[in-house]
Amino acid sequence: MTNWVIKGLRTGVKSTRYPRAEETAAGCSPGLPAATRLPSDLAEMIVARCPTGALERSLEGVDVDLRRCVHCFRCTRGSNCTVDWSGGYDWAGFATERTGAFGPPFGRSLHILVVDTGDCGACLSEVKQLNNPYYNMHRLGFFLTPTPRHADVLLVVGALTEQMRLPLRKAYDAMPTPKRVVAAGACALSGGVFGRSFICSGGVGEFLPVDVEVPGNPPPPLAILHGLMVVAGRKPPASLYRRVENSSADEPR
Amino acid sequence: MSGRLDQVVEQIGLRWNGAVRPSPNLAHDAVCQIECPSEQLGEVCNWLFSEQDYSFGGLIVEQQKHWHLRYVFYGGAHAGWIHLTTSLPGGESQLPSISRLIHAADWHEREVEDLYGLSFEGHPRLGDFVLHNDVFHEGIAPMLKNFNGSEPVTDRSPDTNWRPRRIVEEIGAFAMPIGPIHSTGTAPVYFQLETVGEDVIRAQPRLFYAYRGLEKIAEGRRADDVLLIAERISGTSAFAHSLALCQSVERLCQVAVPRRASTLRILIAELERLRHHISAIAGICESTGLAVAAAHASILEEELLRISGALTGHRYLFGLNVFGGLSMDLEDTRCSLAAEAVANVSDRLDTLQAMLSTSSSFLDRLEEVGVIEFPDARDFGLVGPVARASGLSRDLRNAQPYCGYDRIEFLVPHESEGDGYARLRLLFREAQQSTRIISAIAKSLPAGQCRTPEWGLRPGAALGWVEAPGGAALHWLRLGEQGVVERYRIITPSFANWHGFRLAAENFAFQDFPIILATFALSVHENDR
Ligand code: SF4
Repeated sequence: MTNWVIKGLRTGVKSTRYPRAEETAAGCSPGLPAATRLPSDLAEMIVARCPTGALERSLEGVDVDLRRCVHCFRCTRGSNCTVDWSGGYDWAGFATERTGAFGPPFGRSLHILVVDTGDCGACLSEVKQLNNPYYNMHRLGFFLTPTPRHADVLLVVGALTEQMRLPLRKAYDAMPTPKRVVAAGACALSGGVFGRSFICSGGVGEFLPVDVEVPGNPPPPLAILHGLMVVAGRKPPASLYRRVENSSADEPR
Repeated sequence: MSGRLDQVVEQIGLRWNGAVRPSPNLAHDAVCQIECPSEQLGEVCNWLFSEQDYSFGGLIVEQQKHWHLRYVFYGGAHAGWIHLTTSLPGGESQLPSISRLIHAADWHEREVEDLYGLSFEGHPRLGDFVLHNDVFHEGIAPMLKNFNGSEPVTDRSPDTNWRPRRIVEEIGAFAMPIGPIHSTGTAPVYFQLETVGEDVIRAQPRLFYAYRGLEKIAEGRRADDVLLIAERISGTSAFAHSLALCQSVERLCQVAVPRRASTLRILIAELERLRHHISAIAGICESTGLAVAAAHASILEEELLRISGALTGHRYLFGLNVFGGLSMDLEDTRCSLAAEAVANVSDRLDTLQAMLSTSSSFLDRLEEVGVIEFPDARDFGLVGPVARASGLSRDLRNAQPYCGYDRIEFLVPHESEGDGYARLRLLFREAQQSTRIISAIAKSLPAGQCRTPEWGLRPGAALGWVEAPGGAALHWLRLGEQGVVERYRIITPSFANWHGFRLAAENFAFQDFPIILATFALSVHENDR
């Protein structure tokens, strides 16, 4: 047993400095498309390439609905023209004006119930990474709980299948108030690649009152962490839409 | 090349004397299609499976003018693929079950019954399977062509009194329900563990909470949009599944993939396998409560995710495979950097293995626990590391090589005990092989293009296969005119291994259950599709 203790000590601290400082290690985030100025014929072409309707034409180029992007990279690896790509991971935003973040009592300790409503497993895997030493979300006062009775936040991933509706409803109803719902991943936000079908709902928003949305397919751990910081009221929300601004200012944040 | 296949086909012709007709088409890639009347089906399948050492790949149903059923078998090196096909005469929807002879076909038949409404005479247990009877009523068959897959099902009268069947009847017997939401951050699955005391006597999983109807929603979409679906069958084996689909398209349209692209594909596929195995190892450590080891394994897992992200742009390797190659070239220098980083991860993995192999309290939880003997593994058609830990060492990478795996040196390790520890050791050994392949490839990447530019989709059907991290994955794609998908059948390793999982869990103590589950490294998402 002492071996393990020694190995633990030798390994040292791995945790990211986020949210105190930016995490800059390579491979932490797949990035997302940025709103891009393009002439209208090219814009049209590139919008047609997007499989999920995440790109929209605007007067000056293409706008991006982050909630729909599934990182297929068709708009950036294709030939001829491409949109700009932006890194980062502070992507989470408020779903509606209605609720907003938790107040101060929840700022330092938040218990989270994760429900997978039918994803591909990547979102769930990224949620699991939050407990690895690199992200170590305990240090921020975030704890996963197996029971809805202890949960303040319902973290939903997946496209919400018909067969998960009842379990999800039961879990939500069993949570004490006040409670918040964080939906993470394109499938939970907009149906993603699965869309709306006989079995998938095209997003959990119609079924539960979602407070914070975390784009990405899957959202990297730092983006989910940002979503939790937002719901706890410890970080400002980002905009879920990126629009080309009329002025000369570039990509809006 | 396919000498053995020829012999087998000839013998079939002799034995069944004309009733069973091999057709010479599909001659490429050592695939033989044999037409077989449904009455003979069981016999021929059984002969292939029991006497000729073919593995049962899966059942593929297609609804055309008549019902077409395709039973896919594959053998070891040089034995190729045999597709036994049978058609039902118009109006008929019943045929004999083969699962009494070939247990591996059990869940395939249940799935077809549930989603297509065909029935299999003599199958011991049909009904509630993919579609849950407490959500949909029996008789809804979403895979039928005339079923509208884009609208929610409004007409349903679910059986609200439905309860999982209990099998154990004994004084003091009780059933422990677990799930579908259980533990912290797990995929949805329900277990009913039946017991009369300490030991789990029956462990029946109820799956398909994450059924996303992928085979259905693929129909009518364009082939390259279906590639996005393939990546999302199982996000943690995304590259393997997209590769399987790419290969079926490339085989169908006879696209030659440039050597550089197929070599890079191997590199990425092995990177994914390595990450998958390390994640499974982390899961095993965690299930035994060995927190330090679990933390170390998950450090390595995160590092591999970052290596993948830095190399390909996506931590789970999405968006990389395209028909005819890769969506972007990976420069040689970046590949060697990645290989160096992988080698570093692998060194630390070896250290972890050495430490685990001397932690007796850890080993006690794994040794002689969750045992699957070789005959059971074979009967249930288990695949991948789970099967290889029970001595069933078939691996598509060398049995039916693709991407040029036959030009690469690697071993397919196997163990014989079939217990939890054998499965853990196997994961470590396969991880070492993957590292070896990655560093060998990174040193000698062929130059050239990474995507075939000019080619067109054509109608027809083909099978693509891959040894996914979890085992054999088979993708059958039928394209119609203009590259529209008519049928997409996805056969996944988790589907096979979930079927056999209860064998390992039964007759072991309650507290062993989560550990046995972890050693199987099963994916709910890959199973449910
Ligand atoms: S990367 Fe996102 S925005 Fe670009 S085409 Fe794909 S889904 Fe659309």
